[in-house]
Parts: sequence; structure tokens; C-alpha cells
Amino acid sequence: MPRLSVLDNLLVGMPGKGGRLDAAGGRQRLAEIGRSFGLKLDPNRLVSSLAVGEQQRLEIIKALFRGARLLILDEPTAVLAPQDVEGLFAALRAIAGKGLGIIFISHKLNEVRALTSRCVVLRHGRLAGDIADPAATAAREMARLMCGQEIVTPSRPKVTAGRVVLELDGVATNGHPGMALKDVNLAVRESEIVGVAGVSGNGQRALADVIAGMLVPTRGKLRIGGEEVRDRSPRGVQAKGLGRIPEDRLASGLVGALPLADSMALPRIGQAPFSRNGLLQPAAIADFATAQIKEFDIRCQGPQARTGTLSGGNLQKALLARELAFHPRVLIAAQPTRGLDIGATRFVHEKFLGLRSAGCGLLVISEDLEELLTLSDRIAVMYEGAIAGIVDAADATVARLGLLMSGARERAA
Amino acid sequence: MIRLEARSSTPAWFNLALPLAAILATLILCSGLIAIAGASIFESYGIMLQAAFGDLQALREGDFYAITETLVRAAPMIFTGLAVAVAFRAKFWNIGAEGQLLAGAIAGGVVGTIPMPGALAMLAMAAAGGIAGGAVALVPAWLRVRLKVDDVVSSLLLNSVVYYGLMALIEGPWKDPLSGYPISPPIQDSANFPVFLEGTRLHLGVIVALLAAPIVWFVIARTVLGFSIRVTGENPEAARYAGIRVERVLLSTALLSGALAGLAGVGEVGGVHYQVMSEISPGFGYSGIVIAMLARLNPLGVVPAAIFLSAVMTGSAAMSRATGVPTFLGDVIQGTALLMMLVALLFTGYRLRFSGAGR
Amino acid sequence: MNAVLEQLLQVGFFAAIIRIATPLALATLGEMISERSGVLNLGIEGIMLLSAMTGFTAAYYSGNLWLGVLAAAATGAAMAALHALFTVGLGLSQHVCGIGITLFCTGLAFFFFRLIFVDSSRPPTVESFAAVSLPLLSAIPILGPVLFNQFTLTYLTVIAVPVIAVVLYRTPWGLNLRMAGENPRAADAAGVSVMATRFQAVILGGALMGVAGAFLTMAQFNTFTFGVISGRGWIAIALVVFGRWDPWRCAGAALLFAFVDAVQLRLQAAGIGHIPYEAFLVLPFVFTIAAMAVMSRNAAAPPALLKPFRKEER
Repeated sequence: MPRLSVLDNLLVGMPGKGGRLDAAGGRQRLAEIGRSFGLKLDPNRLVSSLAVGEQQRLEIIKALFRGARLLILDEPTAVLAPQDVEGLFAALRAIAGKGLGIIFISHKLNEVRALTSRCVVLRHGRLAGDIADPAATAAREMARLMCGQEIVTPSRPKVTAGRVVLELDGVATNGHPGMALKDVNLAVRESEIVGVAGVSGNGQRALADVIAGMLVPTRGKLRIGGEEVRDRSPRGVQAKGLGRIPEDRLASGLVGALPLADSMALPRIGQAPFSRNGLLQPAAIADFATAQIKEFDIRCQGPQARTGTLSGGNLQKALLARELAFHPRVLIAAQPTRGLDIGATRFVHEKFLGLRSAGCGLLVISEDLEELLTLSDRIAVMYEGAIAGIVDAADATVARLGLLMSGARERAA
Repeated sequence: MIRLEARSSTPAWFNLALPLAAILATLILCSGLIAIAGASIFESYGIMLQAAFGDLQALREGDFYAITETLVRAAPMIFTGLAVAVAFRAKFWNIGAEGQLLAGAIAGGVVGTIPMPGALAMLAMAAAGGIAGGAVALVPAWLRVRLKVDDVVSSLLLNSVVYYGLMALIEGPWKDPLSGYPISPPIQDSANFPVFLEGTRLHLGVIVALLAAPIVWFVIARTVLGFSIRVTGENPEAARYAGIRVERVLLSTALLSGALAGLAGVGEVGGVHYQVMSEISPGFGYSGIVIAMLARLNPLGVVPAAIFLSAVMTGSAAMSRATGVPTFLGDVIQGTALLMMLVALLFTGYRLRFSGAGR
Repeated sequence: MNAVLEQLLQVGFFAAIIRIATPLALATLGEMISERSGVLNLGIEGIMLLSAMTGFTAAYYSGNLWLGVLAAAATGAAMAALHALFTVGLGLSQHVCGIGITLFCTGLAFFFFRLIFVDSSRPPTVESFAAVSLPLLSAIPILGPVLFNQFTLTYLTVIAVPVIAVVLYRTPWGLNLRMAGENPRAADAAGVSVMATRFQAVILGGALMGVAGAFLTMAQFNTFTFGVISGRGWIAIALVVFGRWDPWRCAGAALLFAFVDAVQLRLQAAGIGHIPYEAFLVLPFVFTIAAMAVMSRNAAAPPALLKPFRKEER
């Protein structure tokens, strides 16, 4: 079976011993790295069985194994619980202590301030600032350098949540790549944003897939707008008034090779006005796209532009547009601002808050705690395929969420 | 320094320029083989051209026999080309058009022997052939959808299965009792496709093939099914997310693709041979792959591409007789054309960027 | 029925299984190596055919069979290199390129065979390889004549299986190859040239396919015919799936298939009742499809199979 182990990954590209792989030497080096930096991993484990955090550890070990003098880490903490971030930072400090250089790329200002000894700020591919002592520099100042202006956190108008529009009742799954769901209970009400936090790989994807109709649960009920969803397919949930923003915009949302207009009509292509009697209505499809491009200010060369040529922010706008045009009762969005710049992120956040004011319920799954704290009315934390706890935004702190994310059950929920 | 650079869109004239460039490159490469065989390159290609489209003298006198022969041979290739184009659009890797064609020929041949009024007989043959071809194509599609069996290999292996099935029939229960040869009994005279031009073999099936191309184009470009086929091929994950039942689309595609290939077989039985024999297809199914790729999977492009390959095939036979260059040059041209077209397709996704010495 | 059983249990039957398995095992191993690096080679059918032709021709004119084997291996390697150029170098569709290579090689094989040997009523033949009895071992009752009275190429194939297994699992090059097929990005990050590795794997695989072709025209038979490969290449591709991309299992799959084929041949010769001989001919193909259907569910192909690798792309 073609499966590679941790040791295989360490030995690849290394010269062998007498024409053969030097397995014994590899194990020894791995043990040494474990001792000196606290980065331990079983050499015999298959890479496919490693959790995301462990895969990251493997990557760092690999670099050290090869005698790297410089490590470059790109957003390494996105896949870690806050507690594990401390472990990573300890290892990085140990590595730096041995004279190695580390470039740490992050958009989380507190991490940069906690870890780094010098910080440069990039904006639009240009150097925007060079900070000699990050720890002593205010986060606000850094944020200003990043955005070129003072950032304004979007205001959350006071609204009262209404009836329950989305409800999961004892939902469990299996056979999903990643973590399966175990007895998930969750409700989203009208005019409410419920955030879903958790270390990546704790069942968020299965949760999104169940609600979006991509994964049929083995147990439990799904209700949208108070009615039980019997046809648990993408069409079925859509028909009940669910809007969906998928995690991977070009992999599961839009089709890169198609014109933007076709991509935007895609989920409702079988319905009027986009088609009649099985025949496509190109004019209606183009009109819809043209209107939405204008309304959402999607930057592109018109409705016939190849979808794949749009930037990430404009792709996300297109996805939002194609859902919001049909006035969803409830919207589920997975990682809605991942990879977007600050402007596009703010656009998305404003749209979400606008929907909330208009009475729509939202479920936002994100690995960005800051985002969830800005947007949500309540935050549900996932751990090992279950909801570890639900916290009111007013009482939520990073520390408290972090505790839940690492598996500490809340006693008084 | 030459680099490949991604391009976002391709100009429309590429659709014509790329296959022409590929064909030109193919002919240049294959001229080497003619030289090795000791014949004159221009003379050989000239003979091929004349054999396929007629010499100037004949054309001036209004003798289009050669052209009609090329069209007659192109008809099954149009069908198999369409079959492959439809399948590849959905990334259903149907390499089994050959077997589906044979299945269509068998079914058409069987139905054709039943006494019926002409028009009804022809319709029944087409229906039977289409269903038989579709049924054969359904096997690899079903195996892929249900059991994750690689469709390339299963559809390829099925070609042999259908071929041996045909052999068993015409050497056994379905052997023509009159001739005693391993061929099927002839179909009813009333089922013979009418010929449109006196003195030629330009039969009904050729017209249907020429009409099939725009119809298939319409299905692919303008119907919800065609849209689903395209999206499933481009991005099955997004298709599923959008509520397209990808498995069902793949099965429908297989049915459509196989039916088209089956019609190729019906045309050969009803319009050319009037019975079924083991060599009824000299690889029309495989030619379909080359044709579909030359056409860039556009059903309308299938017609000229099929005519080109048909001309190569009829032409190389004539050239072989005149110059002694083995007729298999036609097969080499076919394979080379496919490879050259693939290289040409690189220019749709990338452009060559020549950077100067100073970079 | 007893007569048939008797036929089956003869020493000759088991020796035939091994003989039939040899070219299949070589082709399957060649395809497996290529696929382990991430490249599906659907050109296998054509590559085997062209190699069978060039090998036969070289042997015919030189009078040296081993020269023929060498020519076949070189042809296989060259055509595989062409496939690699298109699929690895240019990143073109492995499916369509493979079909193209098969059509191209088939055309070339027919063209040159007809050009060199013209059309004659008596097909050209070579004095094919003779079976070599291994001293002492071949004297063992039953096992001796089955296992140790075979062609030298068969012995070499038997040796090739553990050699390939060791190279694949125990050497740096083998690890690079596996890594290129599973996680090319990680291989690239580790300083391994994915492109070079894949080129090498595809070419080595092609050479093995070439030798498989040579075995058919110089050991199993003594002449080249247009139908000499008759789907063996396609079957090898299925056997790779059946053998789960592992050299030992692939060799086992080839043996199992050879068993089915040998039974089929015996039944065909024996002629049972009124069953047409085509029913037996079709058996190996149906068996292969069925085997794929059984195995595919839990078969794990190299994750990067079919995926071109471009360094600059994410």
C-alpha cells in the first residue's frame, strides 16, 4: 500500500548509507531533535494518521533534521488550540536559542508581539513598516501600518433574536475524511450570528457538510425554518431556504473554467429563470450576473469572464451574491474570510451583520477567534466532533474559548 | 530563455489554428516515414489528397465520388468522435467507443433482419443500436460510480469482450446460412439505408451523422443536462455542492456517449455492409478519441476532424497502392495527430514567453 | 470432465502458468513503477507492441536474441520517455497522452514491420529462446520441471521482483520515487527533483514493458504478429490495481491471471460441449474487470497519480 511514514518523510532527499536508506541514523536524529527542542513524534506513524498539529510538528522537525539554519513559518497557529500555541512558541524559542533564524508570518498581532524580536509589516506586496521592538509596540499601531488607515471594527446593532431557523438535533456522522460528528445539538435563531470555533479538524468540516447537504448524517435531525429536512441533499436544504458559503471557494463553490455568470447560476441552474423545460436561458443567466456584479461591486471583466481569473475577494463576493440574491432564511459560511485582504474581509463582515439585522440567522465556522468575537452573538466550540460548549459573546474571552477548544468541558453551561 | 506563462483566456481563432497547426506538424513529422520508405513526400501526400477528395480533372467535371467516399467513411467517425467528445466533457474516460459501436452494429443487424416497412425498420435499427451501445457504455460508468473502478481500463477491456461476443455470434448461431462465411445474414432490403446520390454510397446515415453534430452541440451548450455534464467534468466537487447529482450525470453521459457510438455501428450495417462481420470497424472507436481531441471536445469541430481522419485513411490506402509506402502510415498519422494536438493545447492554458538575453 | 481435470493437473499446465505470467509480470511491474511515481502510462499496450516488433526485428537480423531483448528494452524506454516528456515535462493529460502513445506506437509497429518484411505468405520467424534447465533443481520431482525448466527471461523476472521491492522500499531513490507519487510537494521541498524522478521511473517502467513485449515474440512465440499483445498491456494496468501498487502483490496478480488464462487455454483446447471458444477467450477480460471491481473499493492509488507537478504552482 502506498503510504509513507514519519521516518520516510525525514529520510527523503537524504543521502543513504551504502546505497540504502539510513533508517537507524534517522531514528537517532529524530530522538535528538525531540530531546533538544521538545518536538517529539513516533517515526513509525503513517503521515496520513497525523492530526494537523502533528503534521506541522513534522514539518518543523523535517527542517531541523536537514540542518536548516532558517525556518519560515506561514500562519502556523491557525491549526492549533491556544494552549498548543504556547508549546509551539516554546519550541521556536528553543530553536532560536540554538542560533537558528525564524521568519514567522502571521496576521495575529498578539502572536507577533509575544514571539518576535523584530517585525516587518507588508501591505500590498510592499514594505509598510519595520518595527524594532514588537513587544513594546501597540497593536493598534501595527494594525494601522497593515491597513494604511485606522481600522474600524464594524458596529453590531442591537437586535433581538427571533425564532429558531436552523436546528441540529443529535446529529452524528461517520465515514467523513477528518473528524466525524458525535451527537451535535445546535440551534441558530433569526437575527442571530452563531460562531463555531475549534482547532481545525475537530468536526467543523463534517458540520458544514451535513448542513449544506453534502453529507447525510447517520443519526439525528436537521430542521430549517422549523421544518425537518427530509431531502438531505444540497437541493433539499437549498429548497428550505438555506444559503451556503463553502470553505474552499474554487474547489467546491465556483467553477474556475466556466464564465462567472454560469458559476453564479450554478446551484439554481435547473430552475426558472435560468432554465425552462431543460433548456438554458443564457440571457437570464447573464442578466442575473450583471445585476449582482453591480450590486456587490465584483471586480471582473463582465459576466462572461472566466471565473478562475477573479481574485479571492471577488470570488467570495460572487459566492455571497449568488446566495443573498435568493434571500436565505439562514446562511452557513465556512471560513468566510480566509485568505481575504482586510477590505474584502470587512465587506463580508458588513454583509453578515446586514443579514443579521434583516432577520437572517447565520452560522459562521471560522478558525479566526478574532473574527468570531467581532461577529457572533454566541460562540459554539467544537472538540472531537462534538460541541464542547456554547458561550455568549458577551462572556467570551480567548482564554475561555481556548480552554473549550482543548477539550475542557464547561461544567456550568 | 523560453518560459511557459499562464494565460487567462484564449482568442477564438485558436479553435481553428491549434488543430491546423497540430495537423501540419503531424504531416511534417510523418513525411520522415515516407522518406524512409523511399517514396517522394509531396507525391505521396498528393496521392492521398487526390484519393480523398478527387483529382482536379474529376472535380472540374463534377465528379465528386471521392469526396462522397470520404464522407461515407467519415460518418461512423463523426459518431464515435461525438461519443468521445461528450464523454470526455464529463471526464468520463470512455475508451470503449469501439465496443459500443460493435454492440450497436449487432443490435442494428439483428433488428434489421426482421421484416418491417422501411422507415420503421431504420428507426428500429437506430433505436436498438443506440440502446445497445448505451448499455455497453453504462457498464464502465456504473462500475466507476458504484465501485470506483477506473473507467479507462474497464471500458478498454469491454472492447475485447464485445468483440469476442460478436465473433461467437457470427461463427455460431448467427452465421449466415447461405454464404457459410463468419458473417451475419443480410438485413432486409427494406432496411437498407437509401442512397442520396446516384452512383455513390452517400447514404442516409451520413446525413444523420452530419445532423447529429449540431444536435449534440445544442445539448452540450444549451441544455441543463449539457451544463451539468460540463460542470461535472470541470469540477465534480462544485457540481455536487450545487446540487447536481454527479453520479446520475455520469450515467446519463455514458448512455448518451454509448448511444452515439452505437449509431456509428448501425450506420455501417444499414448504409454500407448490410450485414455484420468481424472487421466492420477498422478502429473507428479509437479514431473517435483522436477526432474528439482535434475538435477540442466541441461537437461542431468533430465533423471537420472526422473528415480529416477519414481522408487520411482512404488516402493512405491509395498512396500505399501507388507508392508502396505501407498503408499503416495512416495509423501513424492518427496517433501523431493526437499527440501534436495535445501539445498544441498547451497554448490554451499557457503562452510561451521569450525573454531576452538580459532578462 | 475428468479428462479436462487431468489435462489441468499436468506438469505442463503449471509450467505454462509461469510462462504466461512472465510477460504480464514484467509489464505489470513496469506500469507499477511508473504509477508509483505518479504517472499512469496508458501507452503500455502500444509500447509493448512496438518493442515486440523492434526486438524481433533486431533478433531476426542479428541472429542474437539477447540483442533483440536489448533493442526491445531500448524501444520501450524511448517511447516511455516520450510519454514522460508529454505528461511530466509538459504536464499534459496522462489519460489522453497514454492513448496517443498507444496509437502512435501501434501505427509505427505496423508500418515498420510491413516496410521491413513486406507482405509475404510465410511470416518471418526466429529461433526462439530455449528453456534452460537449472542443474540439480530441475531434477526435483514435479516442482523441478514446473519451476526450474523455464526461459532465462523468466528467471530474471523472478529475480526482478525482490530487486524492485528492495529498490522501492529500501533505497533513497525508491523513497524519492514513492514520495513523488504521494506528496510531490514535500519531495520537492526536500530537494528531490520530482520531474527527474518521474522521468526515471517512467523510462525504467517502459524498459520493463519493452522486455515484456520481447518475451512474447522471442520466447513465448517465435514471430511477430499484429495481434501479439492482444490487450495484455491493458490487463497489466488492471493488475497494478489488483496488486495494490506493491511489487510482490503485482507479481502475484500476474500469476493469478496467468492461472485463469492457462485454464482458459486448456478448456479451449479440450472443447467442452457446444460452448464457443470465444467464451474462453473472453474469460481473462471478464476476470480482470471483475477483479478490479472487487479490489478497487479499498485500493489506494498513489495520491498524486494523474496529477502533473509544476514547481511554481500551488
